[in-house]
Amino acid sequence: MELSGGQIVVQCLKDEGVEFIFGYPGGAVLHLYDALFHQDDVKHILVRHEQAATHAADAYARVTGKAGVVLVTSGPGATNAVTGIATAYMDSIPMVIISGQVPSSVIGSDAFQEVDMVGITRPCVKHNFLVKDVHEIAEIMKKAFHVATTGRPGPVVVDIPKDITAPEPKIPYHYPQSVVMRSYNPVLRGHSGQIKKAVDLLLTAQRPMIYAGGGVISSNASNELTKFTQILGFPLTNTLMGLGSYPATNKQFVGMLGMHGTYEANMAMHESDVIIAIGARFDDRVTGKLELFCPYAKIIHIDVDPASIAKTVKVEIPIVGDVKIVLNEMMPLIQQNLDTINTDALDKWWQQINTWRAVNCLEYDRDSEIIKPQYVIEQLYEVTNGDAIITSDVGQHQMFASQYYHFDKPRRWVNSGGLGTMGFGLPAAIGAKLAFPDTEVACVTGEASIQMCIQELSTASQYNTPIKIINLNNRYMGMVRQWQEFSYESRYSNSYMHALPDFVKLAEAYGHVGIKIEHPEEVRPALEKAFALKDRSVFLDIITDKTENVYPMIESGKAHNDMKLRVAIDTPINRELA
Amino acid sequence: MRHIIAILIENEAGALSRVAGLFTARGYNIESLTVAVTEDSTLSRMTLVTRGSDEIVEQITKQLNKLIDVVKLIDFAETSHIERELMMLKIKTRLDTREEIKRTADIFRGKIIDVTPTTYVIEMTGTSDKLDAFIAAIDEDSIIEVVRSGATGISRGEKGLHL
Repeated sequence: MELSGGQIVVQCLKDEGVEFIFGYPGGAVLHLYDALFHQDDVKHILVRHEQAATHAADAYARVTGKAGVVLVTSGPGATNAVTGIATAYMDSIPMVIISGQVPSSVIGSDAFQEVDMVGITRPCVKHNFLVKDVHEIAEIMKKAFHVATTGRPGPVVVDIPKDITAPEPKIPYHYPQSVVMRSYNPVLRGHSGQIKKAVDLLLTAQRPMIYAGGGVISSNASNELTKFTQILGFPLTNTLMGLGSYPATNKQFVGMLGMHGTYEANMAMHESDVIIAIGARFDDRVTGKLELFCPYAKIIHIDVDPASIAKTVKVEIPIVGDVKIVLNEMMPLIQQNLDTINTDALDKWWQQINTWRAVNCLEYDRDSEIIKPQYVIEQLYEVTNGDAIITSDVGQHQMFASQYYHFDKPRRWVNSGGLGTMGFGLPAAIGAKLAFPDTEVACVTGEASIQMCIQELSTASQYNTPIKIINLNNRYMGMVRQWQEFSYESRYSNSYMHALPDFVKLAEAYGHVGIKIEHPEEVRPALEKAFALKDRSVFLDIITDKTENVYPMIESGKAHNDMKLRVAIDTPINRELA
Repeated sequence: MRHIIAILIENEAGALSRVAGLFTARGYNIESLTVAVTEDSTLSRMTLVTRGSDEIVEQITKQLNKLIDVVKLIDFAETSHIERELMMLKIKTRLDTREEIKRTADIFRGKIIDVTPTTYVIEMTGTSDKLDAFIAAIDEDSIIEVVRSGATGISRGEKGLHL
């Protein structure tokens, strides 16, 4: 089979089993778009802005576990994609981004729509390639998918000058079955000695905590984590990225930890004597002030990325390896020695945790005449039976979604945790819906975030992806306003949203259904109506309480046991209990 | 503490900028950096000198290893090794200082590799410390130019940094 460079790229995508490619055409990728035109296997989704292409592909990857694929042109097409690439990088999401480049002969001459894409993306990709010869395409594409999806996943950019994809020459095509890279061999099996030590330490714990993050989800290890946790009987907390890796409705789940984590999760972390971190990276939003983080704990850390271990927090027992493989190796050792668990201490520990739980830190004013955002999420959870894919933007609504929607399954919660990218939610919902047309997809957003990629309402029309947009409209950039209230004596500098559009009319203008909701009693019926409209996208503009804050909150520089709660409490810790 | 790290890296365009970019992006120190192709033309060997606490240097080596183009690396602080840096110095000379400069260069085992009526160029290799000491021993005002390669290193014995 003899193919041109452009045809080779498309054929590589087919051979990788790529279903969708999210993109936007332009001069430098015209040959590639022509090659796409002649086939139906790889479906191209035309977005309205390249940032949305990356977010949609990213969400596709998050919900399927497969690499998301993006195609953008050179120059502005490439730079528009950078925010989405950085988003995927921070959250370790496998993506392959193909960017057009100006012809090889003019690279470096400040040609029209030229930008050094390899240079610009270097700090926010797992790896990137500049293709210099048509004969390299197939191998580089194979490497790109291999690097993106193995080890700690991440985005990989393949920058292809226009002449490389030209209709001539045509060359023999062969897609490599596998790839060997002498410089890239992620360690997947944990060190058996370390695993043994870790199990020994775990079994001596008196106040153990399991702290599980997004690595469990990328390793597809939710079943292993669940089994591990339930056999041990230990409490488990999730990071924002780890939500869904363990069933949130299970009694051993103590909620999310960190800045807006639950009282019980943060207190338990603070008082714990042995913490096992599984696919989590001790992000600053999790640890708070490092010097005060988990002062009594010995830490075991399992991560496929050695650089994540001991980066911010010192650990007793590092285990480099794939979470799923390591947990599977730990299980038999634990089962053989289950009788050594100090059940008395564990019982006391649970008693202590239950007193923290009794604080009921997520309680809010349920009698409010104004719609509370928490109430909306609770209703959303009930109406969707907890089984929808929820995408979110960034801010208060994101935290409310993470606190009040209880994810029992992995790959249901899709949000920009690391980079915190506003504008993520809507294109992400489109990407998720394309991946799973039969699953309900809701985008929980706010009136500020949604406007950062609102043009994608047009993409949702074009591809008929029925998504439900839950716009928690409080007329503020809520999280900015909250910080200004707490730290800047309520000087709300530029956080008020002026000149908001009529979202109902806007949704209708794009061909969707728009509903405005202003009273608590309308919330449930509106949600039910929205989800009953199976083949339509629905924009629910929900006017919420503009003064509501996200609690609990650990302010910067504070420790886990120093939380701001909605209602101040006084529950001294009884260390004697444990 | 000062660490000399030697890196075997794919000899590809952009490999150097990946390493240099990592140091700026993560705020690490870089004292010197030298790179050249090895006997295997697909591999370059890079030597860099950095300073930092044990924790920081551990992160540096981990982050370097994480770069896809990096094949292998060694931190010489953990092993018995030989360090060498090449320096060339151009020095203004007068009739009454030429002999003294030559004698000092001899003590440091430097070689004079270019001579004009008013200048010497001295070539010297050694540890970076030794080169510093030589510069300190020469009258500052007589120095026209100093060129240093940055430190390179190799481990002692049979062990080596190779594939």
